[in-house]
Amino acid sequence: MKLQNKSLKYLSISILIIISIWAPLFYYIIKDEIHDSLDKGLTNQKILVIQQKLLDTTTAEILEIQGNYFIKEVDESSALAMTDHFKDTTIYPPGSKHAVSMRMLTTAFQAGEHYYELKVFSSTLEEDDLIAELFWATIWLYIVLIVSIIAINNLALKRLWHPFYQLLDHFKAFSIEKNETLPDVKTQTTEFSELKKAADEMTRHARAVFNSQKQFTENAAHELQTPLAVLTNKLELLLEKGELDDLTATQLSESLGIVHHLKQLNKSLLLLSKIENKQFIENQQVELAPLCHEVLNNLEPFASFKAIQMDLQQPASPTIHMNKILAHILISNLIKNAIFHNKEGGKVFIELNQHQFSVSNTALNGELNASNLFKRFYKGDASHKSTGLGLSIVKAICDTYGFAVQYNYAQGRHHFIINFNNSAI
Amino acid sequence: MKILVIEDEPDLLAAIKTSLEKEAYIVESAGDFASASEKLGIYTYDCILLDIMLPGGSGLDLLASLKEADKSENVIIVSAKDSLDDKINGLGLGADDYLTKPFHLAELTARVKAVLRRKQLGGKNSVDVNNVSLLVEERQVMVDDVPMSLNRKEFDLLHYFLLNKSRLITRESLAEHVWGDNIDQADNFDFIYYQIKNLRKKLQAAAAEVEIQAVYGVGYKLITP
Repeated sequence: MKLQNKSLKYLSISILIIISIWAPLFYYIIKDEIHDSLDKGLTNQKILVIQQKLLDTTTAEILEIQGNYFIKEVDESSALAMTDHFKDTTIYPPGSKHAVSMRMLTTAFQAGEHYYELKVFSSTLEEDDLIAELFWATIWLYIVLIVSIIAINNLALKRLWHPFYQLLDHFKAFSIEKNETLPDVKTQTTEFSELKKAADEMTRHARAVFNSQKQFTENAAHELQTPLAVLTNKLELLLEKGELDDLTATQLSESLGIVHHLKQLNKSLLLLSKIENKQFIENQQVELAPLCHEVLNNLEPFASFKAIQMDLQQPASPTIHMNKILAHILISNLIKNAIFHNKEGGKVFIELNQHQFSVSNTALNGELNASNLFKRFYKGDASHKSTGLGLSIVKAICDTYGFAVQYNYAQGRHHFIINFNNSAI
Repeated sequence: MKILVIEDEPDLLAAIKTSLEKEAYIVESAGDFASASEKLGIYTYDCILLDIMLPGGSGLDLLASLKEADKSENVIIVSAKDSLDDKINGLGLGADDYLTKPFHLAELTARVKAVLRRKQLGGKNSVDVNNVSLLVEERQVMVDDVPMSLNRKEFDLLHYFLLNKSRLITRESLAEHVWGDNIDQADNFDFIYYQIKNLRKKLQAAAAEVEIQAVYGVGYKLITP
């Protein structure tokens, strides 16, 4: 949920609560005010009526409704017990079927020897009407508030948060491999300038760590490659010296083979860590078909030596944005595997189309363990002296570019399928 | 032919020196930036093997000053850094070749000879051993001026052998040379045996005065009877 909508959600809920508390309160206050003012009017009228009655004692018939008051004679005791008393009531005016809300003051007075009860009326607001009016007014107020909040959100918040969204875009575009600092964001808001500062600090730190790791990889390479070079070359010189008996020569040769294996292992591990550290950053548009042909061309002599038939189906030549060296390694590792782990006189099928690259080959011994296949140092055939890193490298390259790589086994064939992420094409 | 090896690892330096001296080159060496810089300032060499990471400075700086003096075309960078940036920088500074450690001595010899061949007046285009002449650019082999028919891998193998005449070439080195850098199955030597068998037959049939000999089952050697 966007910040704007989220703040709208919270505001609308809290305003709804505030208004629903405020509306009844307001209703009672208004009602109280109205009663106050009506009661004052009634009191005034009472005084007027009593004064008039006191003067006009000749009037015998006072048990009548005159205008908005009502007088009736009562006995002394009940008159004395009476105090001024206000009350809401309804009466049916003559000729009307509808009850009318009235405020009534009941009091008593004495005129000469007689005691009278006086009821003074004043019409008051209809309670239902008041509630209805107030309810609608409240609803309208709520709507107006929400509409104005949306408007304010759209204008003011957008403006206020503009630097934030700018920062966000910069973060998204940030790449640790490229040695660029985050672009400046103009803002007077303290929080945002602090955010920017914190982000700068963080990226600086991340980059420092990244670079030191990169440095470490390179240094590790240097440290291992040089002794391996010394070892290889010394063994070669020793072998070249001649004067060796066959046993010594064989043992030296075996040692040389082991050093060679170490060398391959080191190279593959370095390559793998470089891919995983995303150190291959020079991406370009790579056309896969020519690359495929090049790899096939290079491996063809070996394939024909093993009498392996290679079949390339290429309905389309996708162009993919990636590192060219990695593209080459990806394709050649898969095709190489298909040739090397094949039987004499076997077949290799390669298909390249707009969405996928697939390599399948006749299997040497049955299905491979699909869940371990792409793990480091997994070897389908333990006797084989491969590094067991070829497919891990394939997987790492696929992960880097968001390609999906899958293995399946059908009709005596291994199938390796790489689905290019459509966005990468 | 005078070669300068700039390398800080004494054991490796010794091995390179021994190997190159077998080819009858005069080999001088420098173990750090300062002595390398000094030697390069005073003498002229036919080929320079240059390590990039040196005590006291970067080999690339040496290369840059060589380029300024217009003497960088016979430099082979020998580095443990298999980094593309360095490769591009190095070759951009005019280095002739880039060899990643660890390497086989036969590979080094081949690269050095390629540099020296190009450096020769007139830019000699062939590698000649007895009556065999390999034309590098044309990818053609002549025996007594009669062209020999070789496939691509056989040509590469013969080229490698001719450059390493009378030297032992191990199977690993052959496999790596023929298949390139990132072959994972270089222990798969059947193919090499097969190619060499064919190559031998073809050389014999063409009456070439060179012979490929197996050595201990470790590797091969091209000899001139």
